[in-house]
Amino acid sequence: MEVKRLCAALLLAGSLAGCATSGGNPADPLEKVNRVVFAFNDGADKIVFTPVAKGYRAILPGFFRTGVSNFFSNLEDVWVSVNDVLQGKFQQGLEDFTRVIFNSTFGIAGLFDFASDAGLPKHTEDFGQTLGHWGIESGPYVVLPFIGPSTFRDGFGLLFDYKADLVYWATDSVPIRNSLYATRAISNRANLLDATSVLEQAALDRYAFVRDAWLQRRRNLVYDGNPPREPDESDDEPTK
Amino acid sequence: MKIALCFLLAVLPALARAQTVAPDVLAKTITDEVTAALKKDKDIQAGDTKKAADLIEIKIVPHFNFTRMARIAMARNWRSATPEQQKELTAEFKTLLVRTYSTALVNYKDQQIDYKPLRPKPEDNEVTVKSEVKPSGSSQPVSIDYEMEKTDNGWKIYDVKVGGVSLVTTYRDTFASEVREHGIDGLIKSLAAKNREPLGSKAGRS
Repeated sequence: MEVKRLCAALLLAGSLAGCATSGGNPADPLEKVNRVVFAFNDGADKIVFTPVAKGYRAILPGFFRTGVSNFFSNLEDVWVSVNDVLQGKFQQGLEDFTRVIFNSTFGIAGLFDFASDAGLPKHTEDFGQTLGHWGIESGPYVVLPFIGPSTFRDGFGLLFDYKADLVYWATDSVPIRNSLYATRAISNRANLLDATSVLEQAALDRYAFVRDAWLQRRRNLVYDGNPPREPDESDDEPTK
Repeated sequence: MKIALCFLLAVLPALARAQTVAPDVLAKTITDEVTAALKKDKDIQAGDTKKAADLIEIKIVPHFNFTRMARIAMARNWRSATPEQQKELTAEFKTLLVRTYSTALVNYKDQQIDYKPLRPKPEDNEVTVKSEVKPSGSSQPVSIDYEMEKTDNGWKIYDVKVGGVSLVTTYRDTFASEVREHGIDGLIKSLAAKNREPLGSKAGRS
């Protein structure tokens, strides 16, 4: 279901590429369509997700929310280690897999993140980053319905992330699986509530701000925190 | 222990003012001072963004080069701005960044910040000071990098990158399209309008 929606969104975005006029950013030729989807996501967020996340935060105690967040993060670490290996980062892959072993046992099914305290910090890896690691360009920026900012490459990567998601394999029962998805989404959204208030304050144009921040963030992740300087960046006054 | 702490608190601000302070020491000193002040201040913890802004004005602002920040954000439009416009832009951009930072500060929880050691060569005029915030719960540590330049008044910060996202270049496209559509004065106006909006106090909290 979600995959179909994703494909449809990517196809839609792709087919509209020809007719959309480009705005300022060359990385965002689909700006017109993206802005519409962004506005839609924003509306859904305001009406549904933010209130639910706030309720979640108001009702449940901090240790419980951390536990939920840790639990899903631990499941995710399996795919993180696979992507480490796919990127040739064997040491990090071993460390991240050790995190899973450690947190699944001593951390009681991942509810506690003892590995971080033991000097094995969490990493963020996904298939989009793996593709980026091997030199695949991110392609045009695209805002996916409900999912949010992405690019052609990362959107394609999401299909693999979705299939490799342990929650997807955890159970045959669709209602249980969907409740797990929902819980994870609420937990993730609740973790971002503070960031949203900063974003509201920071941005003149939220769409452009989110886009430019997202693209920088992904680039940083692909290069594991040490991206080469863009020619643009080192020069205060680019001449062209 | 207590005496040592008092000594540190007395000496650190003085260190920060001295011109010879190494950039990484300076960045750490500023952060330490601000987090110490935050921990003591119940009003800011309760969401008083105005008070947070005052703290930033005193402790942080003097260490930034806002003119350069505005110049980077404006990119090639900077040169087509008159000196008067450049001054106004810098002032409004500074206000915007200070207000954004105050919104972030009220959300600060007691988080551990580690600084990577830096060994600048004496001839280095620009350095990147790297630090890492260890978040609560299981998420990846967030990197905070300070781009700093050597000036006659000590080292000044001209960009901050959080998780690789630059506080300054993220505004480039917004500024460029605003200038394209409404001119430089239009950009100054919308920055000023943004800065007049009331500061949300903990908008994310219920």
